[in-house]
Parts: sequence; structure tokens; C-alpha cells
Amino acid sequence: MSNTVLIAGLLILTALAYQFGLTRSRAMANGPVRMHSRPGYYGLLVALWCGLPALAVWLAWFVFEAPIVEYLVLGQIQAETAGLNSQQTMVLLRRITSIAAGIGVSDTPAAYELAAAETMARLWATSRMAQIGLMAALAMGGLMWALRRLSPSLRARNHVEKVLSAMFVVCSTIAILTTVGIVFSMFGEAMKFFSFVHPVDFFFGLNWNPRFSTVGTGAQGDFGLIPLLWGTLMISGIALLVAVPLGLMSAIFMAEYAPGWFRATAKPVLEVLAGIPTIVYGFFALVTVGPFFHEVGQVLGMEIRATSALTAGVVMGIMIVPFMSSLSDDIITQVPRMMRDGSLALGATKSETIRKVVLPAALPGIVGAFLLAASRAIGETMIVVLAAGNSPVLHANPFEAVSTVTVTIVNQLTGDTDFASPQSLVAFALGLTLFVITLGLNVFALYIVRKYREQYD
Amino acid sequence: MNHEARAPQGALEIRKQLIESSLQGRHRAERVFRAIGLAAVIMGLGFVALLFTTILSKGLPAFWQATLTTEVYFDPAVIKVDARPTPSVGESPQQFRDRDVVWLNRLGMVNWNRIVEDTLIAHLPEAAEKRPLVRTLLTSGERFKLRDMVAADPGLIGQRVQVALLADANVDVWLKGNIDRSLADSQQQLKPEVRAWADELKARGVIRNSFSTSFFVNPDSRSSLASAGLGGAFIGTLYMMGIVIFLSVPIGVMSALYLEEFAPRNRFTDLIEVNINNLAAVPSIIFGLLGAAVFINWLHMPLSAPLVGGLVLSLMTLPTVIIATRSALQAIPASIRQAALGIGASKMQTIFHHVLPLAMPGILTGAIIGVAQAIGETAPLLLIGMSAFVATLPGTPLDQSAALPVQIYLWQGNELRNFFEARTSAAIIVLLALMLSLNACAIWLRKKFEKRW
Repeated sequence: MSNTVLIAGLLILTALAYQFGLTRSRAMANGPVRMHSRPGYYGLLVALWCGLPALAVWLAWFVFEAPIVEYLVLGQIQAETAGLNSQQTMVLLRRITSIAAGIGVSDTPAAYELAAAETMARLWATSRMAQIGLMAALAMGGLMWALRRLSPSLRARNHVEKVLSAMFVVCSTIAILTTVGIVFSMFGEAMKFFSFVHPVDFFFGLNWNPRFSTVGTGAQGDFGLIPLLWGTLMISGIALLVAVPLGLMSAIFMAEYAPGWFRATAKPVLEVLAGIPTIVYGFFALVTVGPFFHEVGQVLGMEIRATSALTAGVVMGIMIVPFMSSLSDDIITQVPRMMRDGSLALGATKSETIRKVVLPAALPGIVGAFLLAASRAIGETMIVVLAAGNSPVLHANPFEAVSTVTVTIVNQLTGDTDFASPQSLVAFALGLTLFVITLGLNVFALYIVRKYREQYD
Repeated sequence: MNHEARAPQGALEIRKQLIESSLQGRHRAERVFRAIGLAAVIMGLGFVALLFTTILSKGLPAFWQATLTTEVYFDPAVIKVDARPTPSVGESPQQFRDRDVVWLNRLGMVNWNRIVEDTLIAHLPEAAEKRPLVRTLLTSGERFKLRDMVAADPGLIGQRVQVALLADANVDVWLKGNIDRSLADSQQQLKPEVRAWADELKARGVIRNSFSTSFFVNPDSRSSLASAGLGGAFIGTLYMMGIVIFLSVPIGVMSALYLEEFAPRNRFTDLIEVNINNLAAVPSIIFGLLGAAVFINWLHMPLSAPLVGGLVLSLMTLPTVIIATRSALQAIPASIRQAALGIGASKMQTIFHHVLPLAMPGILTGAIIGVAQAIGETAPLLLIGMSAFVATLPGTPLDQSAALPVQIYLWQGNELRNFFEARTSAAIIVLLALMLSLNACAIWLRKKFEKRW
């Protein structure tokens, strides 16, 4: 019986439980005593008692079944697995699993593997039986118990609401769990990486050349972060050079000058840019913008590569424009009317008012928007994967190819490398670096924006 | 006295002149500033226009493909198979299935290339000497199409049927003029004979540029490039969309309800809030790393499965949904809550009977925009192994599958550039159409149900 069938069965049983509770409480409602809650709540209460405990069992099995079975099976063949590292153990476990599942392996399995497979098959069967039995018993037990407890004085609504609010709390902690998950997974894997490569060599190394060697052959290659970080900063810098003036000026025009009809049509069209997937920008950079820059370079007698920091940066800048402009637009419109009126009354022109009064007043918010845009540019992946040329060399020429932190993460994790090798693990160290940088920028930016909002509220 | 009175008059005059001359400069500065603003907006709009015209002009032609419409003779001398087995009495379904598989295998062994060659030679008698060459006019997957036709209806053997067959990718490129026709033979992908045949068949109207449905329904292919389609990726994306809606919307709405309606103001809820705002700004690739470490490496979930992709994208969309729901809840006036509470509803009843229904349009708008963003995401999917080449249509969310953005990534890297550039653009059009229709849905919802309090 597969998990789907199991869950579907449980759902059907829960629906039945709801019906039982409903009918029972309706029958009771005809009696002499007034019911505490409406019948639906009694139905829900019975359904919850039937469904929740069994669901908890299913979840527990889902998470713990495989590790426990594997642990027990490995325990049985301890003598044979003594000399194996984690990767080889995984391969062995996979072989045993396919023998146990009746698929078989390409060569003749050793006797101990057969025995282990037999144990595994037995354990799986037992555990399945135990799971089904336990779930059925809990569901039926819960159903019976709740039905027996139904009485007019049972405060069903309060109980159901309590369960609901507990669910609310659980849901809102998922956001926290995600962050914790990110930090821990990143940190754990990065630590494994640092057991191969010294942190100083990683954070301050000037060379990036991770040779794709297998574990244990000694030659590890160079894992220097600096060239990648430099590429990231260069591309982000170019992107911001494009996005900040364009975004800020269009925000000012939209907020201060544009007539209503223009604003109403142009703003959503510009926001279309924000909704376009980055892979589309990447493709656009690769087939249109890159070759265009290359030709411009030829006309000017310069060597501009089609895939370069310039191409990626400019296209990324276009991508950030709507982000920058809608943030700045919000901030500019938040500057109180009075300040503008004061300046205009003194005889300043509109542009003078904007430059000398509105913008200085909005500056903290605009800095916040700038930082958020920078964090976006640093974390952007697909445009750079397609258009930056992927060459992790330290140089200051924006017309040459570069590589970035994000590109390298993709490259290191999409190859056919072993997950436990430093070549793969380095992706997590890079991810951790990226996470820390963007987190810092975000926290700082959100702090500034929030402070700014309070100023004029 | 007179003299003294006139002096300020003169100074006033001078000052006036000064102001007027500076006013000109100031007004010019004003106009320039305004023009710069307008130019910025127009540049932005110009980029939108440029992007869309580029993609559309490159992609639209790819929806039409060189197709050979011809009569195929299912020659019984070549297709030497018995009648397809039928269930006989006293046979278990398994036994029948086994016999059927044997028959299908035998059908697969038939020299389908010969059928294809004969079909083409019927049009091009001069090609009879060059059988292996004439075959390359059609994409190699088309022989399986003929096989599947016979498998579906064995009665076709010995008959002549009109069939539309896709031309080879290089033939399509040649006929569409996407390659320089004046290039030397050594630089052409196709042999001179094949090019001549293609032109001849095109001139005779046997090869036509017709709308390609296979582009929408076929899975990806590497051996038969012309029949590579978006079908698998589309199904994968739909699965992921379903998972994201199913997970992130209820969870997001519930956590927003908690934070907005129940949570006491304390350290813990502050932490959750800061957290959510941060998660909304974390780069998507970080979520991919989380997926690779937790779902793939720790929980051993299958690689390339839409289920894992959906989970990762759900985590990514969650903050968007929460933020949108919270602002929708904040927009509901307190009087609604007070009225419900005043006539004796519990807090839950107030929320579920009054606040939530009123906030629904806002919540749905935010959720749809979040989902639209999620299905366009590529980087996290690459990290959980979805960049693998998958040549089958996924049956369940646990099967290997591609997704639309990943398919775009894979196709843009294909070596046969002048065929796949157009195909990639066509895939982008499909993805953008899906996203824009979702967004249009959101705007329509907002317009239809928006209430001003």
C-alpha cells in the first residue's frame, strides 16, 4: 500500500468521522438540553480526533523509517562495511535496496549483501504493517473516543478553535524554520568544506581553479573566493550604474510630473519588467545585447566580448529598474506635501524643489532602496550564468568575461561530482557568503526604510 | 531727493533684470530635468518593447515547422508481423500482456527506416541510389511515429495513408533561411543533394511550413531534434504550480492570520516578522541550496522531481503570500471586526465569517502574483537536479521532469544554434503567456472585487 493510498484512506475516514459527529450532534440537538456549539463544530472535533493522531504517526514514519531501517541493516553487516567511507556506504545501501525491492543488480551480489537485502525487505514489511496497524488503531480509537464524549455540554467550538490557533502558530514558525534550515544546512556543509580547505585560503585566495578530482587523490585545486567576489561586485556595480539613475529619474517623473493617465498606463507596463523571469533576461542578453555590444566595440575599435561583465551588468540593470523605481516612487510620495508647498511658495521651481527639498528628505529611503537593489543584483543568477562568460580571473576590464559567486554555485552543483567532494561542498561555502552579504544588506536597508517611515508617520 | 528716490528704482530695475535672466536659466534647468525624467521612463518602456519584439520575432516562426505531408505505404513486405494478439480464453491478463509485449517488440524490430526511405523515394525517384542520405530529410523520431500508428491500428499494414511527418531540424533551418545559403559545402550541415531535395519538395508543396502541435505535446528529445517539444516541461511546471498553490497559500494565509490577528507583540513575533521580510529578499539560489542539502542530500528525495521543485518554490513563495495577506487583512476596517465581536461571534468566527471573505480578493491577487513569480524561477531548480535531460512525459510529481524555465536554459545551450534559438524564444513565449495570463487573472480579480472602505 503506497503512501498516497494510505493518506487517501485516512482522508476518507476523517470525512466519515465528520459526518458521524454531525449526525450524532444533530440528533442530540433535538433533545431537551441546549447544545454548547453548532453541529458543525462537533463534526469537526470528531474528524480532528480521528485524523490528527494518525497523521502524526504517518509523518513520523515518513521522516524516520528510512534512516532507522538503513541503520539496522548496516548494523548487521558491520564487519563488511568497516573500511568504507560514506560515499561507498551509500552505493552499497543502494545496491542492497534494489536487491530487496526485487529489481536486482547487474553483477552477482555477495552473500552478505543478499542477507542484508533479506533483512531489509523483512524490516520494510514489518514497519509497513506496524505503521498501517498503528494508524488504523489511532484513527478508529480517536473516532470512537470522540463520539463517546459527544454531549451537549462539550465545548466543541472552543476545542476546535484551540486546535486551529495551534495550527496558525505552527504555520508561522515555518518561516523561522526555513531560515534556520538555510543557516544550518549552509553552515554544516560549509564546515565540511572547510575541513578540506582552510578558511583563510578560501576567503582570501586569489585563484579559483577547483580541479575536478575524486576524493582522496590529494590534488584539490585552488578555492579562492576573491575573483568570484570581484566579478560579482563588478557586475552589480554596472547594474546599479544603469538602474539607479534610470529608476530614480523615472520615479521622480512618475511621482512629480506625469499626468494621471500617463502614470496609470506607464507604471504597469514598467512593472512588467519586474515580472519577467530572469532566464528570459539572460537569453535576451545572450542573443541581442551581447552581440550588439560586440558590434559597437568593433565600430569603436575596441575588443568587447559578447558575453562580458558589461553585457550581464547592463541587462541586470534593466531588470532592477522597476524595482528601484517603484521603491523610490513610494518613498518620494511619502514626503509630506507641506515641504513641497513651502519650497514652491518661496519661489523655487519644481525641479529645484525636487532636488533641494524632496530628494534630501527622501534620501534615507532612497539609500534603503539602493541597498535592496544591490542585494538583488548580488544574488541574481541566471542572467550572469548566460551572459557573463564564466571566467573566474581577477581583472578590472568590464569588456572581458568574469564569473560570479552565483554562477559558481550553479556550476559546482550541476556537474557530475560527488556530493561529498570539496568541489561540490564549496557551493555551500559560497552560498553562506552570499547569504551573509545579502542578509546584511537587507537588514540594514529594511532598518533604514523603517526608520524613514516612522519619521513622517 | 529725487535723485535718491531714483537710485533704488534703478537698483530694482537691475535686480529685476538679474532675476529675469536667471529665471531663464532656471526654467531651462527645469525643462531639462523634466526631459531627463521623461527620457528615463521612455527608455524603460523602450526596453519592454525591445524585449518583447525580439522574443516575438525570434520565437513566433518556431511555432511553424517544415512538415512533409505525404502518402505512406505500410508495405507488408517490410512490416512482417503477425496479427496483434487478442486475449484468449483461459489466459491470465499477465500472460496476455506478456504476449502483447513480445508482439510490440517484434514491431519495433521492423525496418521502419525502409518505410521512410520508400516514402521519400516515391517523391524523389533519383534518390533511390542514396537511401541513407534521403532518410536524413526527416527527423529520426518520425519512424517511431509510424510504428506507433501501426501499434494502435494493425489494420494499417498494406494500406496507403496520408501522414504529416516532421522534417529534420537542419532541413527546417535551411528552408527557413536561418543559415547562409551561400556558405561552402564544408560549412553546411546538410549534404548538397539533401539541400537540393529539400528545395525541390518545398517547391512542389510536399514540404510545407505548418503549425507544429508536437512542439506543445512532445517531451524533450536529443536524438530527434525537430520533434523536441515542451510537453514534459509544461507538465512539470503545472505540477510545481499545483504544489506551490496547495502548500504556500494555506500556510501563508494561516501565518498571516496569526501574525495580524492573534499574535501578541513580543520578541518572538518581532523575530518572525523580521524573518519574513528577510526571506522575501533572500536570493532564490539560496533556496536551491537549501533544497539540495535538505530534501536531496538529507531526506533522499528523488532528483529532478517536480515534488522537490514544488517544495523549494513553496518555501520561496511563502513570504510573498504572507506579506500580501497581511496587507489585505490590514485594509479591512476595524468596524467589521467590532460588529461581529459585538453580536457575540468568537474571534475565529469573526475571522472566518467576515474578515477572511472580505480580504479574499487581496489575498488571491498576492498569491497569484507569488505563484507566477515562482514558476519563472530557474536557479533553485538547477540545484535540485532539474537540469537533467528527461525524454519522457512525467506521470506523477515524483517522476523525473523538466520545467519551462529549465527547458529554456537547456535549449539555449544546444549546439544546433540556428534551430534552437527560435525554439528557445518560442518556449519563452509560452512561459511568458502563462505568467502574463496568471497576472491578468490577478488584475481582473483585484478590479472586480476591490472595495474602497
